[in-house]
Amino acid sequence: MRALCWEGVNSLAVRDVPDPGIRNDQDVVLKVRASAACGSDLHLLGGYIPFMQAGDVMGHEFIGEVVEVGKGVRKRKVGERVVVSSFVGCGRCWYCTHDLWSLCDNTNTNPVHTQALWGYEPGACFGYSHAMGGLAGSHAEYVRVPFADFGSFVVPDGVDDLAAVFASDAGPTGWMGADLGGVSPGDVVAVWGAGAVGQVAARAATLLGAERVVVVDRYGYRLEQAEKHMGVEALDYTTTDVGAALREMTGGRGPDVCIEAVGMEAHSDGPGFVYDQAKQQLGMQTDRPTAVREAIHACRKGGSVFILGVFAAVVDKFPLGAIINKGLTVRGAQMHGQRYIPGLLDRIAAGELPTRHFATHPMPLDEGPEGYRIFKEKVDGCVRPVFRP
Amino acid sequence: MARVVRLGAVAAGAVGALIAARRVRRAGGPGKTGPTWLGVTVLAPPDRIAAGGELPEPLRALGDAVEVRMQPAPGDRGTEVYARLRDDGQGSGTAARLTGRDRMGPLRQALREAKSLVETGEVLRTDAVETTHPGPRGRLIAALDERAQKAGRL
Repeated sequence: MRALCWEGVNSLAVRDVPDPGIRNDQDVVLKVRASAACGSDLHLLGGYIPFMQAGDVMGHEFIGEVVEVGKGVRKRKVGERVVVSSFVGCGRCWYCTHDLWSLCDNTNTNPVHTQALWGYEPGACFGYSHAMGGLAGSHAEYVRVPFADFGSFVVPDGVDDLAAVFASDAGPTGWMGADLGGVSPGDVVAVWGAGAVGQVAARAATLLGAERVVVVDRYGYRLEQAEKHMGVEALDYTTTDVGAALREMTGGRGPDVCIEAVGMEAHSDGPGFVYDQAKQQLGMQTDRPTAVREAIHACRKGGSVFILGVFAAVVDKFPLGAIINKGLTVRGAQMHGQRYIPGLLDRIAAGELPTRHFATHPMPLDEGPEGYRIFKEKVDGCVRPVFRP
Repeated sequence: MARVVRLGAVAAGAVGALIAARRVRRAGGPGKTGPTWLGVTVLAPPDRIAAGGELPEPLRALGDAVEVRMQPAPGDRGTEVYARLRDDGQGSGTAARLTGRDRMGPLRQALREAKSLVETGEVLRTDAVETTHPGPRGRLIAALDERAQKAGRL
């Protein structure tokens, strides 16, 4: 089959690779209908997460048709159109049974890397390096889905592929930020990052009852999407003093909940960006935490900060003093897709949660390298390329 | 010879569990000598872990080389399963442990596989990956993958 493979730092290629098959009884194999590039893929592409091997198949956000079912699968049937959680959960360990699916004990078959980095390993994620289990990704004609009874969900007939595909990863990630960030009726919520994840977080905050929601970004086309499709306010940090604007919006208090949806390659227009980038390139820190710092500083006393962006290891100038002295609650997680996907599909079907507009660049799989180029360089109004094998 | 665990002994009660826990701390504590217990917590009662009086196959396969014991985990977490080599497994450095090349490697793998088998009924196999042009990093990743289940912090 054809697949989009990581070939080295900033190098991708579409190649012939062996077809996947059933390797465990609880697997299914899908014929991929749509597979979206994710901002976190750019960290793999740029070499910031150094556990990729040349030839690894990329992609973790996808929808497909079931074409083969393992003998231990009970809920899936050949022919079903399903969306799949990017993180794989066994469904029966303590973490899965407590709805903390991305922390599954039984799916990351390469625990050594992340145990060394983080103490304990998270669950596996499709196409996200050998540190996250080494499973092949979804930018391919076919993909194998382990523990399919728990991680795959039938898509309602009225929801098209390009809307449903974002229930796989961006949707649950963003929704989780608002949910576990503790958004309550009457809150003011600020979201850093107006990509697909940030937009879903903002919409989720509104649907959970927030009084006022604002997103922060530097790309006009993304901010316009947030205003138009999600009905939230927008701040361009290149032309606005974000801290001052947030204080002005909140009677000087600061937002109740701050959600970071940017990750390890954050930008800013201040001198701190040069400092952070230099330290990252020199290997003196693995991540640029610009948006996390801003969120922590901007948050009101006693407020909540939720970190959705992907970070690899260590950062510099982390404002621990602000957390302690302002009494903040800071939380983060990889997304618990199985917890949120059914509800998200219902909301997408009901028209409450728009996602179709994220797919600005549907394209054939063979154009994958070009899709990632425009996505990375943020040209042509690209929010997400979506590959149709 | 396969090690058989009698369910009666498994469920011996709180007194035995407390004694065992003290032994674990003593054996595994800093600066102490003696075989180290490795532990996993399995979300299942002891009689499912040792169904029919027999341990899960990965642990059973290690035979008399290992000693296994169980105790209830606190709260709703299931059962703590501990195992150690009967012969002292000390003497391996951190690098050997992290790469699964110490004598405890097969025991780590057996505990992980036993937990997964009891909880899910299978041990997940990762996708077979064939690298297109392995450089030094690719070779390192492949070497670590090969021994990943034997290595780590368990």
